[in-house]
Amino acid sequence: MLKRILTSRETLLVGAIILLLALISSRFPGFVAPSNLANVFNDTSPLILLAIGQMIVILTKCIDLSVAANLALTGMVVSMVNVAAPGLPIVVILMIAIGLGTILGMINGILVWKLAIPPIVVTLGTMTIFRGIIFVISDGKWVNSHEMSPAFKAFPRAEFLGLPVLGWIAIFAVIIFTIVMTRTTLGRAFHAAGGNPHAATYAGINVGKTQFCAFTISGALAGLTGYLWVSRFAVSYVDIAGGFELDVVAACVIGGVSIMGGIGTVTGALLGALFLGIIKNALPVVDISPFWQLAISGGAIIIAVALNAQANREKGRIILKRAEHAT
Amino acid sequence: MLEQTDNTILRDAASDDVAVLALDRITKTFPGVKALSEVSLQLYPGKVTALIGENGAGKSTVVKTMTGIYQPDGGAILVGGKVTKFPVPQAASDHGVTAIHQETVLFDELSVAENIFLGHAPRGAFGLIDLKKMAERAREILNGIGANIDPEHKLKDLGIANKHLVAVARALSIDARVVIMDEPTAALSHKEIEELYELVETLKAQGKAILFISHKFDEIFRIADNYTVFRDGQLIGDGAIADVSEPDLVKMMVGRDVSQIFPTRDSSPGDTILRVEGYSHPTEFEDIGFFLRKGEILGFYGLVGAGRSELMQALFGITRPSGGTVEIDGAPVQIKSPADAVDSGIVYVPEDRGKQGAILDLPIFQNVTLPSLGRISSKGFLKLAEEFKLAREYTERLDLRAASLDTHVGNLSGGNQQKVVIAKWLATKPKVIILDEPTKGVDIGSKAAVHEFMAELAAQGLAVIMVSSEIPEVLGMSDRVIVMREGRMVAELANGDLQPETLVRHAAGI
Repeated sequence: MLKRILTSRETLLVGAIILLLALISSRFPGFVAPSNLANVFNDTSPLILLAIGQMIVILTKCIDLSVAANLALTGMVVSMVNVAAPGLPIVVILMIAIGLGTILGMINGILVWKLAIPPIVVTLGTMTIFRGIIFVISDGKWVNSHEMSPAFKAFPRAEFLGLPVLGWIAIFAVIIFTIVMTRTTLGRAFHAAGGNPHAATYAGINVGKTQFCAFTISGALAGLTGYLWVSRFAVSYVDIAGGFELDVVAACVIGGVSIMGGIGTVTGALLGALFLGIIKNALPVVDISPFWQLAISGGAIIIAVALNAQANREKGRIILKRAEHAT
Repeated sequence: MLEQTDNTILRDAASDDVAVLALDRITKTFPGVKALSEVSLQLYPGKVTALIGENGAGKSTVVKTMTGIYQPDGGAILVGGKVTKFPVPQAASDHGVTAIHQETVLFDELSVAENIFLGHAPRGAFGLIDLKKMAERAREILNGIGANIDPEHKLKDLGIANKHLVAVARALSIDARVVIMDEPTAALSHKEIEELYELVETLKAQGKAILFISHKFDEIFRIADNYTVFRDGQLIGDGAIADVSEPDLVKMMVGRDVSQIFPTRDSSPGDTILRVEGYSHPTEFEDIGFFLRKGEILGFYGLVGAGRSELMQALFGITRPSGGTVEIDGAPVQIKSPADAVDSGIVYVPEDRGKQGAILDLPIFQNVTLPSLGRISSKGFLKLAEEFKLAREYTERLDLRAASLDTHVGNLSGGNQQKVVIAKWLATKPKVIILDEPTKGVDIGSKAAVHEFMAELAAQGLAVIMVSSEIPEVLGMSDRVIVMREGRMVAELANGDLQPETLVRHAAGI
């Protein structure tokens, strides 16, 4: 049992993150100060939120490339709502963001479920459509900081016990979705539908509907992140979070989520996101050009995938009966 | 050690031929597992050698070693008496060793000719593939084996038997000296099997050495010249087929005597549990009506494609029927999905248990409870203690031995995976269990265990539907037999002294 914990993907990743932090702190000790780590975590929170949703989608043998576009569209809509009705309470803004994100996710899910279109095609299409809609509704104009109401901008930055609300939301999402994935029938269905769709069907699980639920969750998290993103950066325009969907997929892959479906945990997605977040925040500090970040995260992805492939290969088939009992 | 190889073992006593291909004391180890332990095997020109062994005896590993997919950890491969290595699959095919696999590995979207010549296509100007020459040579080879297939057709348009012929043609196109056939008759009809036998004779006449892997003793005695028996990764015996009897082979294979006798059952069916009337499907079957009683085994016999599996899939809610009624315990039920079927007490153990059975990345307990999640959860939240209790109860009932219920099913042996699948269905506490070809691809030792288990289920009051294409099994296990032909029920027979001929006549419509 102990051996299994020590060799699990999550433990390896924690080790890699500690190693990374140790390396950085050897050149810049201030990086590991609690306040800075809280900053790094807060900065990584949008990635964590999206990675959780993406992990669930990938678990069901799908992929959601539209998350960043969903985030941008939801962000633009709530910004424009805020400009039009500055007095609207933040709770309503949050509900609009999550609601709209959910609907956008459901569109992906319906197309995958009912029309059986491959997820990569569906979300590639909706990704472009969502970006296009932002352009149409905003006329390509920006919503700038001075147009947003102070309450709108303040919410994600409000600090509680040294950590901004944005970071707390990520923590809550991790806790809630850990429970969903390990303790509910829906979580079990996600694993089963991706692990062996045929067997899941025969066990009474509706695989298409399960995938629909995954896209819905991913959409809801993207919508929530959409509001948090535009309010935190106090700006909204067509191209915000451009290409961010690839970071999200990268975080999942680094976190040990199998791109073939069936394998993945919330912890893995969290750690994968943190790994990328630390690299992104540390590079400027240790005086490496941020442009290296792309190359480094790319390298991390390939290493992670290679390690996962290796781990799966070692599982030789057990042929001799007595050998099985010996192990 | 390689130099000391005793040459006498490489000669066929009868003909004094040198083995085209021989394995000498091959050992292959996987992490923690010895899959092959010093096994030897000789293949002679113009001879068919049958490789016999239960599932997991190491047959597939041997094939992979012979074709360069696996590298042996010890021992030697000899081609024409010379020690040779196959570091890559290409090396094996360069030496004329070729395998026709269980699930034929061909490419659906390519043409027949392209499939035959993939990797060694005839070249023309600028090193480009000479399509005309390729089609011509493909036609020659196909004609040579009496196959009437257009080389320009795409492979996906061919039936399974013709695909096999293409695979054989491919083997011949590389001037194969050794042809490995891995359960070639598993998916073929009676007529197609006869054609395959003829093909094997043709290959023999051409002097090819053939390794024939099969579970079926009738075909082994029909076409093999020599036999080699493996058990648990070890060589148990080999020799000429003429010197051995079927019971001897069975004994070598399983290491004990196996009675071919089916379990005796005290058949006293109870109340009617399932009643199906006027059941129809737009394209697959029509006007099916039958009843099933508690403790009864109802056999469904028919030729492949008679609509039996399709009927069962509709009963289980995988497909939707166009009409008819289903009653369970006298009350009509609407089954619109597998979940509905499980709720109504019907479970279906599909034919392709590898693909449709277990979820390898999930632990044992989660596999066992998968169809029963509704019972061990409230408002969508799982009660883990109850889940473990349920999983433990049914794995213990099936005597499943594993380190812990947390073990991932992918780490279990095939036999134990099968137990997980059965435990999964029993844990739903079904009233009706549908077993689709329960012993297909199962070796002879495990077959008897499956039959005993089926009898036990019936004795406990479960109603069993058994879809089977094996006449001895249908006759040995069923209380009643329904014969289907082309989507219709053609006979319902009580199994008193039912004769095989009766079943065949009804199934074939003679």
